[in-house]
Amino acid sequence: MAERSFAAEVQELRLGAGEEFRGEGILAVTKALLQSGVAYVGGYQGAPISHLMDVLGDAQDILSELGIYFENSASEATAGAMLGASVHYPLRGAVTFKSTVGFNVASDALANLASGGVRGGALVIIGEDYGEGSSIMQERTHAFAMKSQMWLLDPRPNLTAIVDMVEKGFELSEASNTPVILELRLRSCHLHGSFIAKDNRRPSMTVREAVENPERDLSRIVLPPMNFAHEQEKLNKRWPAAVKYIKDNQLNEFVKEKDADFGIILQGGLFNNVNRALELLGLSDAFGDSQVPLYIMNVTYPVVDDEVVRFCEGKRAVLLVEEGQPDYIEQNIQAILRRNDATAKLHGKDLLPVAGEYTPAAVTKGVHAFIAKYAPHLIADRQAPVVTLPHDDPRSPFAPRIKPELVQGRPPGFCTGCPERPIFAALTLAQREVGEHYVSADIGCHLFSINPPFNIGATTMGYGLGSAAASALNGSGAMSRPIAVMGDGGFWHNGLTSGVGNAVFNENDQLLVIVDNNYSAATGGQDVLSSKGESRNRSLKHPIEKAVRGVGVKWARTMTNTFKVDEMRDLFKEALTTPEKGPKVIVAQSECTLNRMRREKPAMAKAIKDGKRVVRERFGVDPDTCTGDHSCIRISGCPSLTITDNPDPLRKDPIATVTSSCVGCGLCGENAHAAALCPSFYRTEIISNPTRWDRTKQWFRTRWIGFLQRGIERRLEGISA
Amino acid sequence: MTAEAPERPATPALTRPITMAILAMGGEGGGVLADWIVALAEDNDWFAQSTSVPGVAQRTGATVYYVELLPRAGSNGRYPVLGTMPTPGEVDIVVASELMEAGRSVLRGFATPDRTTLIGSTSRTYAMPERTAMGEGRIDSAELIAAAEGSSRRFIRGDFGRIADQTGSVISAVLFGAIAGAAVLPFTREQFEDAIRAGGKGVEPSLRAFGEGFRVAAAPPAVDIQIGVRPPDPNAPDPQVLRQAQQDPASLVGSRLKSQAARIAQMTVESRLVLVEGIKRTAEYQDVAYADEYLDRVGSVASLDTSADHRLTTEAARYTALWMTYEDTIRVAFHKVRARRFDRIRTEEARADDAQMVQIREYLHPQVEEISDTMPTALGRWLLNSKVMNRLIHRVTHKGIKIQTTSFWGYTVLYFLARMQPIRRRSLRFGQEQARIDAWLGLVREYAPRNVDLACEIVECQQVVKGYGETHANGMRNFMALMDAVPRLADDPHAAHRLKNLRTLALSDETGKALRDALDSGTLRSS
Repeated sequence: MAERSFAAEVQELRLGAGEEFRGEGILAVTKALLQSGVAYVGGYQGAPISHLMDVLGDAQDILSELGIYFENSASEATAGAMLGASVHYPLRGAVTFKSTVGFNVASDALANLASGGVRGGALVIIGEDYGEGSSIMQERTHAFAMKSQMWLLDPRPNLTAIVDMVEKGFELSEASNTPVILELRLRSCHLHGSFIAKDNRRPSMTVREAVENPERDLSRIVLPPMNFAHEQEKLNKRWPAAVKYIKDNQLNEFVKEKDADFGIILQGGLFNNVNRALELLGLSDAFGDSQVPLYIMNVTYPVVDDEVVRFCEGKRAVLLVEEGQPDYIEQNIQAILRRNDATAKLHGKDLLPVAGEYTPAAVTKGVHAFIAKYAPHLIADRQAPVVTLPHDDPRSPFAPRIKPELVQGRPPGFCTGCPERPIFAALTLAQREVGEHYVSADIGCHLFSINPPFNIGATTMGYGLGSAAASALNGSGAMSRPIAVMGDGGFWHNGLTSGVGNAVFNENDQLLVIVDNNYSAATGGQDVLSSKGESRNRSLKHPIEKAVRGVGVKWARTMTNTFKVDEMRDLFKEALTTPEKGPKVIVAQSECTLNRMRREKPAMAKAIKDGKRVVRERFGVDPDTCTGDHSCIRISGCPSLTITDNPDPLRKDPIATVTSSCVGCGLCGENAHAAALCPSFYRTEIISNPTRWDRTKQWFRTRWIGFLQRGIERRLEGISA
Repeated sequence: MTAEAPERPATPALTRPITMAILAMGGEGGGVLADWIVALAEDNDWFAQSTSVPGVAQRTGATVYYVELLPRAGSNGRYPVLGTMPTPGEVDIVVASELMEAGRSVLRGFATPDRTTLIGSTSRTYAMPERTAMGEGRIDSAELIAAAEGSSRRFIRGDFGRIADQTGSVISAVLFGAIAGAAVLPFTREQFEDAIRAGGKGVEPSLRAFGEGFRVAAAPPAVDIQIGVRPPDPNAPDPQVLRQAQQDPASLVGSRLKSQAARIAQMTVESRLVLVEGIKRTAEYQDVAYADEYLDRVGSVASLDTSADHRLTTEAARYTALWMTYEDTIRVAFHKVRARRFDRIRTEEARADDAQMVQIREYLHPQVEEISDTMPTALGRWLLNSKVMNRLIHRVTHKGIKIQTTSFWGYTVLYFLARMQPIRRRSLRFGQEQARIDAWLGLVREYAPRNVDLACEIVECQQVVKGYGETHANGMRNFMALMDAVPRLADDPHAAHRLKNLRTLALSDETGKALRDALDSGTLRSS
C-alpha cells in the first residue's frame, strides 16, 4: 500500500467531455492515457513519477471497466520490455519511470524495441529528475532518444499542453512506427492546474483480444539480417514520417514569428521560465503574449530542419534555451543553419550557463544579455530585473544580507521512528568493537546513513547494486570483509541476481545487509514481493531469506526487530568474524514507520474513543541527569531527539530532549543500553481508559511513593529559600 | 491593524501574479498549506498553480513549495503562464516554518527588502551539526531574526511551532492563519476558514491553530519596538534573582545555609549568583559541611583572582560546583525519585488528563565501575578487581535494566539508592574525585599569579568532562591530556588562547583523536 492514497482524486479520472479537471500533473497524465484509448500500462516507481504509479494502482476499478491492463513492473527493464506488446499488435501501451536512472535500466529493452519499431503507439513517460530536488546524477534523457532513435516530447508545463501531448504522442508513434518518450520535468509532475477533459476511450483492441490471436511479423524482430534493415528504415522511412506528422499537426509552436529580426528557440518544458524572463524585461505578459518571436520545441528530438530554417530566416540572431549538457540541440541547430547557408547567428550556452538547471534566474540573465545585445532599445527605459544585477549591488537579491554559515544544510534523513536508524546505530557500535569496514551503499532510504551522524557508506552505484559494488573489494585473505547494504526495493529490482547470485557464484566474502521494511519505502511505500500486507491483486509475502537461500547463500539470518540494537550489533559482529565462506546475508526487518503510523494512528484514536485501554509510549530525557554531551544524538540523529536550553543554572551546554513528535519507537532506550550511554532516558507510558485493576494498583502505589517523596523533600528543607 | 478580520480588498486587476514561496521541512505539512492556498484561490475565482519538489525531500529535509495566484477577472478566457519555481528578488510572500528556513529564504534571494512579506516562525528545529556538537553548537537566533528583518518589507513572526503544539494541531494550519492575519492575500478570514473546512481533515484543531496564527500575525508588533531586534537571552538569569544574589545572598537560601551565604556576601559581587547555586547544589548533594568545603575551594582561587569581571572566581565557582556534584548512582537515583520530576513528566511531557495514567520506566545500564564507585573504598576496589563479581554483574546488567519507577518495588529500590548519600564520603569514587579536583585547582593556583587568563582557561577545561560510562571516560582522558599540556605551553605568550583551542578540539571529536593529533604535533613541542 503506497504512502499516499489517491482514492478520492481518481474520481477525477471519470470526468467526461467538456468538464474541467483540476489536479496534479501526474493525475492529468493518467487521465490523458484513458482518453487516448491505452490498452496497457506499466512502470516502476521513483520520484518524480512515483505518484503516477500510485494513481494507477488506486484507479484499478476504472482501468478494469475500460479493459486496460496495469502492471507494477519489477524494474524499468521489465517495463521497457512490456512495450513489446505493441510491436505486432495495434495496442497502445505506456510505461513510466524515473530518468535517467530508469532509462539506464530499461535501455536494453528499449533499444531493441526502437530497432524493430512498433505498430501500436508506444509511449515512455519519464520523470526527468534534473535540478533542484533531484537525488541522482545529472544527465539528460536526450542522449537515449538520439542513440536509439526514439522521439522526445518536452511539452510546455501546463496541463492542457501535457495532456494534449500524451494523445499526440501515441499518434506520432503510430505514424512513424517509433516509440516516443514524453519528458515531464520534476516540477511539472507535481504541478497543480486544470484542463478541459474528454471522454475516456476503450482501447480499440484489448490485450486479451491480442493474446488470444497470436501474431508475428518476422521483419520486426531484431535478428540479422533485419537488424541492418531496421537501421536503414529508421532514417529513410520512420524519420521522414515523424517529421511530417510533427509539421502537419503543428506540435512545435511559432509565436510572432516575423515580428522581429531576432528570436528565441526554446524547449517546450522551459516555456514558463522563458516567459517569466520576458515578463521581467517588459516583453511579455502573464498570459504568454510575447513580443519576441519564439519557436517553442515541444518536440526536442527530432529537430525539424525546415522549421528551424524558417524561424531563422531574416533574423540576425536567435537564442537557444536548452537545458543540460551536452548541448545536443545547439550542435544540431548549428549544423542545420550551416547546411542551409543561414546567416542568423546562434547563441546558446555562450549566454546561458553551460551546465545546471535553467532556473528563472539563469534564464532571465541569459535572455537579458541577448536582448541587450540585439535590441537594447526595447529594455532601455526600464530597470533591469534585480536578478541580473551583480551580487555586490545592494538591489540584488543575493546582496549579502545573511552570513552563509548561519544557514546550515538540511538534507533529508531518516524519519522519526524509522526502523533503519537502529540498523546503523548497531553497525556504528559494532564497528567500534571490530573496527571500521568498507561499506557500499545502494539506493533507498538507507543511504541517508551516508550523512551525519552515521557517516556510513562510501559509494552508491545504482539500484540493487550495493552488493555488486563491493564485489571487487573481496581481497582474499584480507583482514576485514566489505559490507554492502541493499534495500528490499533494490533487492527485488535486480539485487537478487546481480548482487546475491554474483556473490554466491564468485564465493564473495562480504556481509550483505538487506533492509526489509515491507515496502519500496524511498519511492513512496509501494508494495514489493516481500511486503507483508494484504493485496487484492498482487502476490506478496515472499520472504527475502528464502530467496537468498534459494540462490545458494548458506549464512543467512533474519532479524525481525531492528530496534533490538544490542542483538543487531552482536549479529553484525558475528557476521563480520564468522569463518563461514561465501556471502553473509542479514535481513533486517521492521516496517517502515511512515506506513505503520498511517495505519495505526487512526486505529489508536478510534480505540480511545471507544473506551478501550490504549497505551501510548514516548521517550523522555531527564534534564537533571543529562550533562549535554549529546552522544545519544550522535548515534541516532532522530528528528525527535534534539536539544534545548539547559535548565540548570550552572551548566551552559544545551541538553538533549525528546519532542512531542516522538512515536515511542524505543531506539533511545535501546541505544542507551547497547552503547551504555547514560541513565537519562526513560519511557513514559500513557494509559487511556485504564482498567479497574490499573486504578487499584495506582491507588496503592501513589500512596507509598507519595509517602517516600515527602520524606525526601523534608530532608532537603532549609537548603533553598 | 486589529485582530478583526481585514475587510476584503477589491480584487485588483493584476498584471503579474502574486508569487509565494513556502520553505518547510519534509513532514511538516507544507504541501497541505500549498493545497489550502490553491483551494482558497480557486474557490474565489482566481487562477492558482502550485509546484513542489517531490521525493526524498519529504523525509525531513528542507524543501520549497511554490505558488502563483492570478485573478480570473480580466483574463478574457485565456489561461495564464505561471511560474514553476521562485525567481530570486521577485517573491511577494515567503512563508517559513522555522527560523533557519527563514534564513535560507534570505540566502537564496527569495526574501528581499523591496518586495517580500516574510511570515516566519521563530521556533527552531535544530540542524544536525547543531545537535551533534559535543557542547553548544546552536546558531544564534538573534542573528537569523536580524537577517530576516533586514531582508523583508515586513517580517511577521511568532513562535508558530509552539502554537501548533499548544493547539494540538500542525504548523501548516498556524501559518495559514498567519497569512490571513498578515492581510497579504485579497481574501477574507471566512474564505480562508472555508478552505480548511473544505479540506475535511482535522477541521476543528486546524481552525483553532488557524485562529491563533491569525491573532499573532494581525497583532501590532508592540513587543519588538520595546526590545529591538534582539530577543532576550533565554539563558540569562532573572534580573530580580541576580540583584538579590548580589545584594543579599542569604535571601536566596534556606535556614541551614545562612552562614555559607554570609561567606558569599564577602566574595566578589560578580560571582555571587553562581556561588549561591553552588552551595545549594553541594549541600543538596551531600551535606552542609560539603557546601563549606566548596566555598573553601573557590576561596583558595578567588584570593588570586586578578581577571576582568572576576571571571576566574565565577568560573571556578561554576565548575567546582559541577565537579563536586559529579553524577554517581546515588545522585541519579535521587533525581529519578523526586516528586517534581513526576509532576513534570505527567503534565509537561505526557500531557495526561485526569482520566489517564502515566507510568515511567527507566533505562539503566549500570557498569561494574558505577557500582563499585558508590561502595566504600576497600569494598569497591575488591569488586572492581574480582573476576567472579565482574562476570556476575555483567551477566545481570549487560543487556541493561529497565526499572518501572512508578511501581512499588521499582520506586523503593531507587529510593534506597538515593538514600545512600551518607556512605558516599567513604566511597571509592569520592576519594578519587576529590583528589582530582584538588589537583586541578592546584594547577589553577599555580598559574593564576603568572597568567590569570591561562588560569581561567584551565578552569574551563573542566567542561570537557561530561556524560557517563565511556563518554565520561573519554572526557576525563581528554581533560587529563589538557592538564598535562599546561606546563608545556605555559611560557607561550598566547598560552591561554592555545589552551582554549585545544579544549575546542577536545570538544570537536568524540574519539579524542583531534586533540591527540594536536598535542603530538611538533608545533606544540617546539614552543
